[in-house]
Amino acid sequence: MGDVPALDPPVVRSSQRRRRTLLWFVVIRILVGLATLLVVSMLVFAATEVLPGDAASAVLGRSATPEQVDQLRAQMGLDRPAAQRYAEWLGGLLTGDLGDSASGFASGAEVPISGLIRDKLANSLILALIVTVFMIPISLGLGVAAATRAGRPADHAITTSSLTVVSLPEFVIGSLLIIVFFTWLSLLPPVSLLAPGESALGHPRLLVLPVLTLLAATLAGSTRMVRAGVIETMRSDYVRMAELNGLPHRRVVRRYALRNALAPAVQIFGQNIQYLVGGIIVVEYLFSYPGIGKELVDAVAIRDVREVQTIAILIAAFCIFINIVTDLLVVFLVPKLRTGNA
Amino acid sequence: MRERLRFARSGTGKAGLVLLALVVGVAVFGPLFAPHALDEPIGLPFSGPSSAAPLGTDELGRDVLSRVLWGGRSVFVLAGIATALAYAGGLLVGLLAGYTRSLVDPILMRSADVLLSFPALLFLLVLVTGAGTSNATLVIGVAVIQMPQVARIIRSATLAQSTRGFVEAAVARGESTAAILRRELLPNIIGPISADLGLRFTYSIILVASLNFFGLGLQPPSADWALMISENRSGLTLNAWAVLAPAVLIALLTIGVNLIGDAIARSQEQSVLTVGRRS
Repeated sequence: MGDVPALDPPVVRSSQRRRRTLLWFVVIRILVGLATLLVVSMLVFAATEVLPGDAASAVLGRSATPEQVDQLRAQMGLDRPAAQRYAEWLGGLLTGDLGDSASGFASGAEVPISGLIRDKLANSLILALIVTVFMIPISLGLGVAAATRAGRPADHAITTSSLTVVSLPEFVIGSLLIIVFFTWLSLLPPVSLLAPGESALGHPRLLVLPVLTLLAATLAGSTRMVRAGVIETMRSDYVRMAELNGLPHRRVVRRYALRNALAPAVQIFGQNIQYLVGGIIVVEYLFSYPGIGKELVDAVAIRDVREVQTIAILIAAFCIFINIVTDLLVVFLVPKLRTGNA
Repeated sequence: MRERLRFARSGTGKAGLVLLALVVGVAVFGPLFAPHALDEPIGLPFSGPSSAAPLGTDELGRDVLSRVLWGGRSVFVLAGIATALAYAGGLLVGLLAGYTRSLVDPILMRSADVLLSFPALLFLLVLVTGAGTSNATLVIGVAVIQMPQVARIIRSATLAQSTRGFVEAAVARGESTAAILRRELLPNIIGPISADLGLRFTYSIILVASLNFFGLGLQPPSADWALMISENRSGLTLNAWAVLAPAVLIALLTIGVNLIGDAIARSQEQSVLTVGRRS
């Protein structure tokens, strides 16, 4: 406060301070994100390594002899202290080395995890992008439609149906869709298998049911939150003022309510990314879609600790990144937040 | 008490209670009506409905109806224990954080931030990799991932109450912190708790069922609705009932609990409004 010369014109002073607080906000938000990611990496490492039974015995299973386990343990470097292995793992991740899979070691070869997951990451991103592209406009449209008709039949229809769908687990929605579109109507395939190296974009039919399932699972929640956001802005003083000034209702909705409800909506989409990613894991497994979620569940099933750790931290990093991006977007959308005194 | 049951008068509240009662009925009394033994093949795998097996048979030729009638108990028991554990921990931490505002508070808020930064399912998958598949892992994992969120809700409810006159009076009387938490604060935050409880239970059901669906929770030959969906997916063309019946029951359960939670939350908003008008 006191570091600005008192003789500066007030306008310049406040805009300078504004710029500085904005920069600080960006820096702090990124630092908090990195700190969170660091704690998550410790959690992931601790949960998989410190608990009884290590990567070697887990991946070899119960039939392995103690000698086999010892040999693999030495091969994988598990005989070294946990702190050292954690540091190496983290260092590897930072330099782009994702490590080797434990099941690869067990079969006597070094299988880099990066090669295992590259195509799968791309497939999952395609799925996430398609869902997001549909989800944002639909939930904005439905949310605004419900909010501007609050209390009327259309609103009841939207809120009740979204309340019903929002509570369903993804695998139940997906299974019901498979029964309808595959078993009864024979319209769409029940699994979304792809040959290695094939892109999902070349087979749009395979994407229909996974996308529909994820849309059903995420739309309900985001529509409800958009509705709540718009209703809140509709109650605000400036909207009431605009209506009292005789502006047409449509124009008030478009110009004032929608624009100001956009910021909370962006934040909601950011917060929803956890549910979308969790849903993607389930949906990929349900439809055998070769994405990172299916790869993760498969790695858990064969107890490939190395691969689970790496995929888990990548997914967590993605979620934290999206959250930072949406938080910053919100600050740029809402001028009030930029001054730091809102 | 009458105030608290007011949610049952709304349409969604009634619908939710009916659905929940239906599914609880199946889970509790269903096994009494199961026509066949759980693990005994009674026909060819995935054969369609017949007089002996009204919902057909599953992947091992076992009676689907009997397994559906048995398969609800694990859902209620596992999700119920997980929710209770999350609440036991969350209540204590939340009350302490909200009332004493000591070091517990920032620790709680930051750990909740960390646990909310990635999908809950990811946490459970990592935990299962380290600790192996068991009912204990499943229940404790689901409880741990929800505890900070429960604690956060309790904290903010406590915070709002802790500056009220009756709390200050209790402090002036020289009552202990434990007594104030239990006798003054706890009874006054029952409202937010009951609204959150339904939501929390739904979420526990979804997490437990998703892990069972992955085959990483309950192990065969347990009869469990989520596990049944997973096991019988390959026979959808032959006997869709083996997937449809458990899927519909899980759906009715989560919808029912969610409707009740919504009705409770609404009735509280209303009671807040009426209290405000009176004063």
